[in-house]
Amino acid sequence: MGFAKALKCRECGKEYEKQPINICEWCFGPLEVVYDYDGIRKVMTRAHIQRGPHNLWRYRELLPVEDGPVIDMHAGMTPLVRADNLGRMLGLENLYIKNDCVNPTYSFKDRVVAVASTVARQMGFDTLACASTGNLAGSVAAHAAKAGMKAFVFIPADLEKVKIVGASIYGPTVVAVNGNYDEVNRLCSEVADNFNWAFVNINVRPFYAEGSKTLGYEVAEQLGWRAPDNVIVPVASGSLLTKVWKGFNEFKDIGLIDQVQTRVHMVQPQGCSPVVTAFSEGVMDVRPVKPNTIAKSLAIGNPADGYYALKVLKDSKGTATAVTDNEVIEGIKLLAETEGIFGETAAGVVISGLRRLALSGAIKPKELTVVYVTGNGLKTQEVVEDTVRPLVVQPTLASFKKALESK
Amino acid sequence: MKTRVKFTFPAEKVEEPVIYLLGITFDVVTNIRRAEVSDVQGWVVLELEGSEKDIKRGLDWVRSKGVRVDPLGGDIVAG
Repeated sequence: MGFAKALKCRECGKEYEKQPINICEWCFGPLEVVYDYDGIRKVMTRAHIQRGPHNLWRYRELLPVEDGPVIDMHAGMTPLVRADNLGRMLGLENLYIKNDCVNPTYSFKDRVVAVASTVARQMGFDTLACASTGNLAGSVAAHAAKAGMKAFVFIPADLEKVKIVGASIYGPTVVAVNGNYDEVNRLCSEVADNFNWAFVNINVRPFYAEGSKTLGYEVAEQLGWRAPDNVIVPVASGSLLTKVWKGFNEFKDIGLIDQVQTRVHMVQPQGCSPVVTAFSEGVMDVRPVKPNTIAKSLAIGNPADGYYALKVLKDSKGTATAVTDNEVIEGIKLLAETEGIFGETAAGVVISGLRRLALSGAIKPKELTVVYVTGNGLKTQEVVEDTVRPLVVQPTLASFKKALESK
Repeated sequence: MKTRVKFTFPAEKVEEPVIYLLGITFDVVTNIRRAEVSDVQGWVVLELEGSEKDIKRGLDWVRSKGVRVDPLGGDIVAG
């Protein structure tokens, strides 16, 4: 049966049976999954988890799936890399990178889609759908292929070809919408109302979002069953940040770790930083913005979970930082050149945010700090292609030596 | 038809009776579920009921008044 009991409104507390809905009928607040934690506590020990599969399904008791087969592409249990080179440059002695570039479709979205696709199939849906400019599209299409489900992926018509290929290769129906960002949003909302599909971030969003908690669980387990002192998290909708925090706190509540004294730090690109702006102004209302940034994976102007992300910052005594597009590129290069990890633009955002926090003293040298790198740089090569300058030589040793000298 | 939306008002528009005027001008029934007003902005989450044409004309008018209209639940297009 699984341990997820019901859905509950985050605003008014009204409970609903598990079903594909995301909005409270009473107050229109967002719904969240609630669990039978007493039951989970009885079975979910450290040893039980360690006997589980080497992927996110080792935490299935804390995920909203029923018993039975799951859609398993081996997402999760990605490396937690000790980043001594980057740490030395920034004056941090205890720095780690959670490298989610190496998921099956090369981003953390495989975590949420693994859960959403499993729940969708268990609820009897035969079609998965999403609207995306990149990572989510690929993950939904790949999971649908693995699950033998149909997939519809909505994209803006002007999306870069490489990203269209990244989703199309798995065989979904790709719908290129001739319209601006707001119009694509509006269309998808109407499609979700009119077709009996599992639209991963609409009607199954409460279940889908829970997959991100595994980024909290894994880090705690990989650190030897403890929560870090700081985490640096990129923010788009804000969901990932709230779920990392929820993950640490669930582990504490069921007795798998002793305490959570983690400060949660959010970073957004300056061209789309409505949550950082609200934090800086000391308000809890997030004013929507029109995104204008190279960090397309974080370009959500009206973040669904902005308010809840701000609450996490308040509860954890965290910070909020916005970085420029130039810093995004510098951050991508810095991570690649120090740790050999090529992250996409969201990685550039968090690494530059980390640099600011380290230089300002907001993060202390001895504190255990984890940075979440959520997607692979091969997907956004266009933003760094101008920075690549190979040595061009004639096929002679003399030419090569000359080029070396002038380097 | 029924639709659920979020109106976000900039501070200078908070005092205007936009929702009242939407209802009487466009034959749209408005049903407020949650709202909050601060010194920098105000937002209202509400349900609209009417013909598709009236709702579309009404929402276009609301936007023309400087009020942002979003589908409920934030942006759907993800990275």
